[in-house]
Amino acid sequence: MAATLELYFRWGHFLAGIMWIGLLYFFNFVQVPFLKSVTPEAKGEAFKHLVPRALFFFRYSALATWLFGFFILGVRGIVLEAFTLQGPAAVIGMGAWLGTIMLANVWLIIWPNQKKVLGLVAATPEEKPKAARMAFLASRTNTMLSIPMLFFMAASGHAPATFFGG
Amino acid sequence: MKNPLDTLAGTVTAGFLLTLALYLIVKALV
Repeated sequence: MAATLELYFRWGHFLAGIMWIGLLYFFNFVQVPFLKSVTPEAKGEAFKHLVPRALFFFRYSALATWLFGFFILGVRGIVLEAFTLQGPAAVIGMGAWLGTIMLANVWLIIWPNQKKVLGLVAATPEEKPKAARMAFLASRTNTMLSIPMLFFMAASGHAPATFFGG
Repeated sequence: MKNPLDTLAGTVTAGFLLTLALYLIVKALV
């Protein structure tokens, strides 16, 4: 039963995670350079019809990814060992910490600042570029953190037996 | 399996990846 649950949670973790990190890479490698090079009219259209939809799937897939990951650790009974980096669970624990930092970046820095940029909350003309800069930096930070995070995810199940000292 | 942080390969890998991430973040910030 626990193993079956774990399989479904892992499946959900992959689905949500691909959507989250896929959109993160889209923002960093495609959308940011795109918005820099288009006309103000096109930028306005993008902020009206493209960015809000992308950000919706981005922030909720981030939440779903973290929850599914937490549930996997839960059914395996290693939440505490993972987050305190004890024993073999330390490998996925490093990934879990990085993912947790990234989720916090999404909900506590990127989204509140993007709401100012999109005009969903009141912001003065001076506040808007600052908010855009903060959101950009947190987004870029998450892109960099995804590199070690994915390594620890991959290594937790598939590192050669000898890699971490057998 | 031992705690990877008690092993040389685990410590070096974790240290390298986290340093790389920090370096790339700082580079993107300045």
